[in-house]
Amino acid sequence: MITTSNLSKKYNGNQVLSIDALDIPKGQSFGLVGNNGAGKTTYFSLLLDLIQPTTGHIKINDVQVDKSEDWKPFTAAFIDETFLIGYLTPEEYFYFIGELRGQNKADVDALVAQFKDFFHGEILGQKKYLRDLSKGNQKKAGIVAALIGNPEVIILDEPFANLDPTTQIRLKTIIKELAEKQGVTVLVSSHDLLHVTDVCERIVVLEKGEIVKDLETNAATLKELEAHFSGSEVL
Amino acid sequence: MIKRFLSLEWKSFFRSASFGKTLGIKIFMGFLSLYLIAVFLMMGIGLFPALKKLFPDSDPLLIVNSFLFYWVLGDLVIRFFFQKLPVMSVMPLLILPIKRSKIVNYVLRKSVFSFFNALPLFAIIPFGVTLIVEGYPVSQVLGWVLALIIVVLIINFLNFIIESFSAERELSFLPILVLAGGLYGLNYFNLVSFNEIIGNGFNAIYNQSLFICVPILILFACYVINFKLLKQNLFLDSGLKTKIKEVSASNLDWTKNFGDIAPFLQLDLKLIWRNKRTKSTVWMVVFGLLYGLVFYVNPQFLSMTPSYIFVGVFSSGIFLMNFGQFVPAWDSSYYGLLMTQNLKYEQYLKSKFTLMALSVLILFVLGIPYVYFGWKVLFAHLAAAIYNIGVNTHVILLGGSFNRKKINLNEKAAFNYQGTGAVQWLIGIPILLLPMAIFAVVYFLTGFEIACLVLIILGVVGIVFHHKIMKLITKKYTDSKYKMIDAFNQDN
Repeated sequence: MITTSNLSKKYNGNQVLSIDALDIPKGQSFGLVGNNGAGKTTYFSLLLDLIQPTTGHIKINDVQVDKSEDWKPFTAAFIDETFLIGYLTPEEYFYFIGELRGQNKADVDALVAQFKDFFHGEILGQKKYLRDLSKGNQKKAGIVAALIGNPEVIILDEPFANLDPTTQIRLKTIIKELAEKQGVTVLVSSHDLLHVTDVCERIVVLEKGEIVKDLETNAATLKELEAHFSGSEVL
Repeated sequence: MIKRFLSLEWKSFFRSASFGKTLGIKIFMGFLSLYLIAVFLMMGIGLFPALKKLFPDSDPLLIVNSFLFYWVLGDLVIRFFFQKLPVMSVMPLLILPIKRSKIVNYVLRKSVFSFFNALPLFAIIPFGVTLIVEGYPVSQVLGWVLALIIVVLIINFLNFIIESFSAERELSFLPILVLAGGLYGLNYFNLVSFNEIIGNGFNAIYNQSLFICVPILILFACYVINFKLLKQNLFLDSGLKTKIKEVSASNLDWTKNFGDIAPFLQLDLKLIWRNKRTKSTVWMVVFGLLYGLVFYVNPQFLSMTPSYIFVGVFSSGIFLMNFGQFVPAWDSSYYGLLMTQNLKYEQYLKSKFTLMALSVLILFVLGIPYVYFGWKVLFAHLAAAIYNIGVNTHVILLGGSFNRKKINLNEKAAFNYQGTGAVQWLIGIPILLLPMAIFAVVYFLTGFEIACLVLIILGVVGIVFHHKIMKLITKKYTDSKYKMIDAFNQDN
């Protein structure tokens, strides 16, 4: 589904990302972990063609993202609050995204209705603009907006941060279902090792822009990751 | 502490992402300032001999005193539109061990060193020197000059008081216009003769220097009021935080008639109506529409035919100028979202184009009553409107592709009353002057009808080639996509 080859990104000669090869098959739930500055957001930004690669390229469904825009219809993302339109209400925002993705109001309503629990009554029908919602509620709206229009690839940067525990648990269920039942490729980055190991079938560890670990999640993964990040790993 | 504040500002200026661009504008403003300084200097030097020559019987000083009222009024209005209270991002400072009063005092005192306060000095001081040279008593002249300088400062602080009150209102420039217009009207119809009162006041100060206490007291009062107002606004829940208003959603289904650009059109309309900064561009429209009256009631202007085009382009294009020049920066806070969505850039731009073209059309129709001043005026306005739709809309969209400055719609910086300054008006130069120049040249070579026709033809050509031109403009935008995303992601 997503193939990365010889990808690198440099800022003023500083290499911030260098991935020789990374293939993410369709329907995989994929987790990206790493410390601050490891290159997680850089990778997602390259994937969404928000920045230009220094070398190499990424292909989604054989569409090279920096050459063609044909990846946009089946790719959705929520990176940060710059993906929200502050002066719209959540409903208007969902409809706007829906219209761009060829969904009518009824489609959007039906989809959003599934997330009543997730919203916890704090998003819909509040008569508030997105800019006036709390950070956590903004995030909820952004994540759900990324699910509109049956995308095949969903990219979520740090989706668990800023969410309350209840919502974190609900979000994990949502992500798992997407990958298992609907064959959606979900890419998630996180600082929280427990959450990623819970949700993702595969976890890649980035360090200074390079892949240092590529793990199939199993019972021992969390321990291994904890050992890695605490620096007590036995080589 | 002041040194710290100054160094913070120094850094925010030189380290800002839009530094290069701002520098260019600063240089332009620099030249403009030099020009203004020269004008004022000449006025200061030349005023005394000129008045002496025109009115040999009266004392030039008394004449100047009797006109001070108009200066105060004019200065107040000009400052309201162009001078902003120096903004400082105070949020991070609030929790540091700095007294709130210190921050407020700093901001207020800094405003004293504004160009608007320095400019009158270039006229006042030479005039004062001439007075002394002409044999007026030195100490009395000095007292008079000092009083004027104090008045300059009073205007300075009075302006901020007015701005802070109007910032809350939707029609932000209405209070100042009502105030200035009211005072002017009262004076004009001799109900209250302010120019006499102020003139007499200054005569009194000139004769008895002790009266200078009065302006000093007024200045002090203005400062204290400002201080209180600003200090109130320094709490998170008052000035720094935007108030949460309940949403009033309106039905925008009529936009569906515009086909595939409908979602963007709806978004743009909401953008304009729901943000303070964009809303003010709508109110500017009223101002622009009535602008022609200033010209046409004056027979001298009415005889200057090329000025019809100026008024025509301005009054039908005021929304185009105010809104268009910040495309795509209006959408800067969610530009990343737009760029990852399944949308055609061309649709996005076409929505902006449609909005601007519609505004020109509506403003032209609303401006039809100008026919009162003659058919020629209406015909020139029609030519200007067509030129606006065909040429200026494209020019301004093209200009937008060079836009690299983020606009923070959810403005929370304290003390930022208006969000616009002198810079906003710069774009008007090519947009207004070019059609006027074309018209003037053809008009003097051939005649009125041909000149109007030339503008109409230019406009029609623009409309005919609209799709081709839009393709070109779209390409410009896509070419600078990464640069825009990067610039819009930075907070100045």
